[in-house]
Amino acid sequence: MSRFEFLNGNEALAWGVKLAKPGVIAAYPITPQTIAVEKIAEFVQDGLLDSIYLHVESEHSAMACSIGASATGVRTFTATSSQGLLYMAECLPYASGARLPIVMMNANRAMATPWNIYGDQMDVMYVLNSGWIQLFAENAQEALDMVIQSFKLAEDSEVMAPVMINLDGFVLTHTYEKVNIPEQELVDSFLPPMQLQSHMMNAQHPTSVCISAGNAHNMEFKLKQHLDLLNAIAVFSRISKEFGNFFGRYHGGAVEGYYYSDADVLLVTVGSIAGTVKEVVDAMRKEGHSVGLLKLRMVRPFPVKQLAEACKNAIAVGVLDKNISFGYEGTIYTNVNSALLQSGVFVKTQNFIGGLGGRDIPKKEIRSMFKVLLDNLEEKKVRFHNLRCT
Amino acid sequence: MKNFRMSPVPEFSKIEDIPLGASCKAFHITEKNASWRIKRPVINQDKCVDCYRCYLLCPDGAIHREAARNFLIDYDFCKGCGICAFECKARAISMVKETLV
Repeated sequence: MSRFEFLNGNEALAWGVKLAKPGVIAAYPITPQTIAVEKIAEFVQDGLLDSIYLHVESEHSAMACSIGASATGVRTFTATSSQGLLYMAECLPYASGARLPIVMMNANRAMATPWNIYGDQMDVMYVLNSGWIQLFAENAQEALDMVIQSFKLAEDSEVMAPVMINLDGFVLTHTYEKVNIPEQELVDSFLPPMQLQSHMMNAQHPTSVCISAGNAHNMEFKLKQHLDLLNAIAVFSRISKEFGNFFGRYHGGAVEGYYYSDADVLLVTVGSIAGTVKEVVDAMRKEGHSVGLLKLRMVRPFPVKQLAEACKNAIAVGVLDKNISFGYEGTIYTNVNSALLQSGVFVKTQNFIGGLGGRDIPKKEIRSMFKVLLDNLEEKKVRFHNLRCT
Repeated sequence: MKNFRMSPVPEFSKIEDIPLGASCKAFHITEKNASWRIKRPVINQDKCVDCYRCYLLCPDGAIHREAARNFLIDYDFCKGCGICAFECKARAISMVKETLV
């Protein structure tokens, strides 16, 4: 029988990893990811998870070890955050270019400097172009479920790409909630052991991995990688539904909507803040305002069609970014605008920046974002929220 | 003990033909890489004692063995670093200026 436990986001994720049974885990601890890798280490230490746990000396080595392990056809997991993610960044395109289905948890945290360990989503935006699938979890239950879904997605023959699961630092990694832990037997039948693929190391069929390809071939390699990554949108949607049938929990596909189909104004966002937005939507709906939420569970590949379809009847679309691309705007906003434009959905948009360096985004700020969308779209497209001075 | 010789670069007419994950059959090298060599190692086969030292120490794997006392250097990949000549105890390898070859 499945059972319930009171877990924080890190622990829930660790439980997801335990259930997915990776053969190798290589990780370096970093706040706010530490509890996750400690919990996994505990599982291995106690003999509850039969896995080789590599204590590496850096995040760069964590990813290098993960690449080596995954290249032998072993299910591999790692986790990092912020500065650690950027330290390992050089290795990320090696993993994706070599088409290795590694799954990594990234605890979203601010980038220095000024030094800050709290949660925002600046870190992951640096590596959107790394060829990794980018998923965002809203709550601890979704984090646990997303680990199991991610391995299935990464190892799918149509996709064959590494997956990064993003959890908001502290707000999600360190807050507790009631989490359902599914039965191991059920997870085993949903996620069978990983198969050795033809492009991986095999003593019977020696292979050169990570070959060089000059200007005569390189572009076609990249095109192939790009086309296969695009498959991940449909495959993730299928896997999410399949997961729902297996475990009775459906978190949505690449895009999850909340009161979106008839909404005049929509707020698009990613990660844990979606939970607060839902509460504001509930309250404002009761007051008669036509508001709704679109939560992007997947940011790479970008679900262009699904997003455009969900926005086509809206009068205004706001994007709440917990990052700023200095000198431009929030990165999700850039992506959303492009998706709408190329899909022929001509709707007014506005960018809201909040939560940098762990600044709280209270309900009243989300309410004021909806107010801007409903009443008075501003000339200034990028609007910072909850500032202490202006 | 295979020679890492150039194999012809395959032509891919369809994107599906491109190998998955930048992996391909082992021993297939797609590009020559030796243009900056100033001196080339030349093996005196009469002095060679078959010790495998050059073969093992070549950082580019550019040396292979065809038969007993017949080690050959693949000059498409040899960078001319001179490690083989330095390490050869039998002094069977000499570094010769490229222009004089």
